[in-house]
Amino acid sequence: MLLALSSDQELFRETTAKLLDELVPVGELRRLREDADGFGTGYWRRGADLGWTSLLVGEHHGGGSISGAGLVDLALVAYEFGRHAAPGPLAVTNIVAATLDEAGGDRFDGVIKELLSGEAVATWGLAEAPPNDGLDSVLLDVRVEGDEVVLNGVKRPVESGGRADYLLVSGRTGSGLSQVLVPARTAGVSVSPMHSVDVTRRFSVVAFDDVRVPLDLVVGEPGAAAGQVELQAGRAVAIGCAEAVGAMQTAFDLTVEWAFDRYSFGRPLASYQELKHRFADMLSWLEASHAVSDAATAALASGSADAAELLSVAKAFIGDYGGELMQDCVQMHGGIGVTFEHDLHLYLRRHTLNRAIYGTPAEHRARLADIVEEQEGLA
Amino acid sequence: MSSTGTEDLEAFRRRARDFARANLGPASARTAAGALRNDRTDEEELAEVAREREVQRMLFDAGLAGICLPTEYGGQGLTLAHQRALNEELAGYEFPTRFQAPTLSPCAAVLLDFGTEEQKRRHIPAILKGEELWMQFLSEPSGGSDVAGALTSAVRDGDEWVLNGSKIWTTGAWWSDWGLCLARTNWDVPKHRGLTVFIFPIRQEGIDVHRIEMLNGSKEFCQEFMTDVRVPDSDRVGDVDDGWTVGTRWMFHERMLTNSPLVTVPVGFGHGGTGVSSLVAIGARDAGRLSEPVVRDLVGEARMLDIADRELRHRVGQGIATGVMVDQSAALTRLFSGVTATRIRTIGFEVVGTAGAAWTDEDGQLAHSADDYLMRQVSQIGGGTTEMARNVVSERVLGMPRERSLDRDVPFRDVPRGRPSSRS
Repeated sequence: MLLALSSDQELFRETTAKLLDELVPVGELRRLREDADGFGTGYWRRGADLGWTSLLVGEHHGGGSISGAGLVDLALVAYEFGRHAAPGPLAVTNIVAATLDEAGGDRFDGVIKELLSGEAVATWGLAEAPPNDGLDSVLLDVRVEGDEVVLNGVKRPVESGGRADYLLVSGRTGSGLSQVLVPARTAGVSVSPMHSVDVTRRFSVVAFDDVRVPLDLVVGEPGAAAGQVELQAGRAVAIGCAEAVGAMQTAFDLTVEWAFDRYSFGRPLASYQELKHRFADMLSWLEASHAVSDAATAALASGSADAAELLSVAKAFIGDYGGELMQDCVQMHGGIGVTFEHDLHLYLRRHTLNRAIYGTPAEHRARLADIVEEQEGLA
Repeated sequence: MSSTGTEDLEAFRRRARDFARANLGPASARTAAGALRNDRTDEEELAEVAREREVQRMLFDAGLAGICLPTEYGGQGLTLAHQRALNEELAGYEFPTRFQAPTLSPCAAVLLDFGTEEQKRRHIPAILKGEELWMQFLSEPSGGSDVAGALTSAVRDGDEWVLNGSKIWTTGAWWSDWGLCLARTNWDVPKHRGLTVFIFPIRQEGIDVHRIEMLNGSKEFCQEFMTDVRVPDSDRVGDVDDGWTVGTRWMFHERMLTNSPLVTVPVGFGHGGTGVSSLVAIGARDAGRLSEPVVRDLVGEARMLDIADRELRHRVGQGIATGVMVDQSAALTRLFSGVTATRIRTIGFEVVGTAGAAWTDEDGQLAHSADDYLMRQVSQIGGGTTEMARNVVSERVLGMPRERSLDRDVPFRDVPRGRPSSRS
């Protein structure tokens, strides 16, 4: 998280943290383990009232940011979501709202309003069945037929697919990409739940079998959505990284506290040099994760030329080094660290989830190699 | 100039850009490598030093030296934002790297913190004009990390001090001008309480500079032998026997290194930027292996680490400057930089394949990867080992219990010292 927040940002972050403390303490997360949606409508509306879903939307559509850079503000919410392992489709709802605001014209005003109030939830379908679950392999067919579009294909994993009222679907039209906002109850859409590593985040397989919707549900122009899809993926990475860093922060704080409180051979764990040195390494990874996450978010928010590079650095670094940090926190706890009873796994799960979606560390390292090759003129 | 007297950032940036275009040559690939390499003659090195003095003087004359240093000592009295703008505008150009660390930080930084008015007025402008290159006379052969255990002695003789002993791991002492030296002035008190800091010219009778050959043939590092070196009391920095107060700040500035607001580092330079990971990619290209997926994964990792290192420096620099982080957090960047640099060197060696073992003069970037690999641990040793940094982070940042030491509350002369190595 950013080192220097404005007083408005700090108030917003703190209000979010308090609401999460109140509504989704760890006991509630454990209860939601058995809940089909993983979050309650009342909870989501309370957050929407605070502004969780409005930050990427322009003022003329009822949105608005705290600082002028909505993505930076949203990253503060995401960070607190990570710190609390909080439920709810934060990234996807915001991404869809932003795209409808930017590329949808005025015909989606009603949908945007529903999303901003928390009355409705939207999700985004990008990835497809393995091996087409990478960032750059969209195959779902979007065909224009007169004043309709026809969708055929399968999206997975789709976050909150079983709960969402609207599905923003990225598909292929000829050699270009298209995006269509499909109401969840459209004929031909079938949703089946998947297993997920997270306690409260739910994912689905969503199949589109000759799904027909009016042409005006295409967001932007058919075949011309590649730039918007890339922007959405960048936002997903930024939000996911901020959340992952929040989860790392809580795990690290819990483990430092444990090291002071836990005694072996008559002395606290924190007095053993071997462990102290590992804590030092972990803190360097944690602070570097904060640093790359914030840099990537700021670069994307301001449209900086190095945004793509910083986003891939953040995703790859936080995935790899954050994973090592989380597992070392487990190791420091010993046996209790691998039980369901201990809270540590709630944060380990959230980090693990975010590591694997929107590009694995390896995929982002491959993107970085492309960028280096291009920059150095080695291609 | 705006009405507040601080130069407008954009005007400053234009001024820096115009200066660089008109006066500076391109950065050499060697500068970008930032590694200790044995790839030039003494004559070439001295020519580089002379050119850097010249460029430093040009920067001074153009009002581009000492951006964050006070104007009364020849600096510009501007902000960190101006320094960052200069770093950006100098990207890709030659710049006086030898004047940055250790000359400006930690040496000039220590003078600013603890020097007398006379010392500051004499030396800071001279440094900014390219007239004085400084070295740290800090580590000793008897122990690298335990700097407070210094054995170099200073004995008072009227208005002077007489110094005897040996210092080691000074980069380029053979072409440097002044030394900042930690010496023992009291052997009857615990080790941290009997130290004093002095400054003196390096080229003088009584100081014998010996060049150490590193395992790759580089002779950048030196050891100095001091025999009855006389230093006037006016060249003492800080109070007598209070050298550890100075030393603590000294080491803070050392850990800040290129992250210090006093230091100019063009964006992309060495491991302060993305220079090293670019060299990894160029090495892979020269070896014809850049298209291999495994190699691309490693190239991506190198770039990831380079940028993570840079962003961590920004964060910690900002954290310390704003008081959100304690000063000792500088050890975080020292630790992270050291560890990531060794990893990037290993990657650089891996991606060139067999050429890492045997190469020809025509092999381009391949030629250096083995040497860089052999010297890889330097980044975790020089400037305080990463083990020491881990102690600082865990004890001073996280507040964990300190390591037991046997020298804390006994007179220094009674501290057990071990046997001198039979090989040294």
